[in-house]
Amino acid sequence: MIAVLVAVSAALVWRRDGTDGVLEILTHDLSLFGGILPRVLAGCLLGAFISEILPHEKVSRALGPKSGLKGLLIGTAFGAILPGGPFTAYPVASALLAVGADFGATIAMVVSWTLIGYGRAVAWEIPIMGTDFTLWRILISLPLPVLAGSLGRFVYVRLYPTPAAKDDEN
Amino acid sequence: MSAALFIDILLWGSVFGVGLIAFRRGPPVFKASLREGSMDFINIVPRIALGVIGSGYIAAIIPQEVITGWLGPDSGWLGVATAVVAGAATPGGPVIGFSIGTVALKSGGGVPQVVAYVVAWALFAFQRVILWEIPFMPARFVWFRCAVSVPFPFVAAAIAMVIGKP
Repeated sequence: MIAVLVAVSAALVWRRDGTDGVLEILTHDLSLFGGILPRVLAGCLLGAFISEILPHEKVSRALGPKSGLKGLLIGTAFGAILPGGPFTAYPVASALLAVGADFGATIAMVVSWTLIGYGRAVAWEIPIMGTDFTLWRILISLPLPVLAGSLGRFVYVRLYPTPAAKDDEN
Repeated sequence: MSAALFIDILLWGSVFGVGLIAFRRGPPVFKASLREGSMDFINIVPRIALGVIGSGYIAAIIPQEVITGWLGPDSGWLGVATAVVAGAATPGGPVIGFSIGTVALKSGGGVPQVVAYVVAWALFAFQRVILWEIPFMPARFVWFRCAVSVPFPFVAAAIAMVIGKP
């Protein structure tokens, strides 16, 4: 599906800008790809090591369905300090799910990474949008990961009820 | 580019750190996770190649002015709603997302709308979800996360309306 989308887009670019336009984007994206590759490797290794060294019972106690607000806060803090881009965050989040974190805490982590993680803010948002807007936007975003995580947990428990996960909300 | 270098150092430092902990648990543990991480990497590379190389083309055919126009000033909650849709529909990497936000801000777009746009883009830009999140995470989790994230750009816009400009 993505391949078709890309092919159609490339064809449209070719019709508009000719071969030069197509090649220009290709070289730019290839160099971007080359730059990203080592980080993808780092992300995969990080995810694999983390899933290996984190004790499963501890994770499911700290971030599992019964972890309460504390679990959501830990997920949020973890997402905020996690270095790297999507190539790190998603493998690590996936590893957390695998070792016993619940959807709520993992959602808090992913949302926190995307909204208040410093990686993207430092590398892109501050240079492009300015420090004032960025800090202000991050301030507004602070409560959102915990809210998203608790909403996720709230909905999840009702969508997929299990005897163990009942009535431990709030 | 020093910020990127800083992040690289931090990233590889973390890899080294957790690798060291794994190694101290014993070489078999270390080797197993090293192999697993490398296999993940090999499996993921073709998808990322397609995504990164393809995203330039997708971004090139969607005119930025169209998205900026949707974020118009004084558009109220309707503007916030369109900003959310625009954020989700914005292709390309962070440069494009934040640039559009800046353009909207400079051309008089409302601050809550731009916040909604940036937050929506961060939460569920379709391209990042398809190219990055789904390959790495269980698809069920991804859809679930996107679904529960829907209210939050609106929440962010509401907070922005209450506390005012930066």
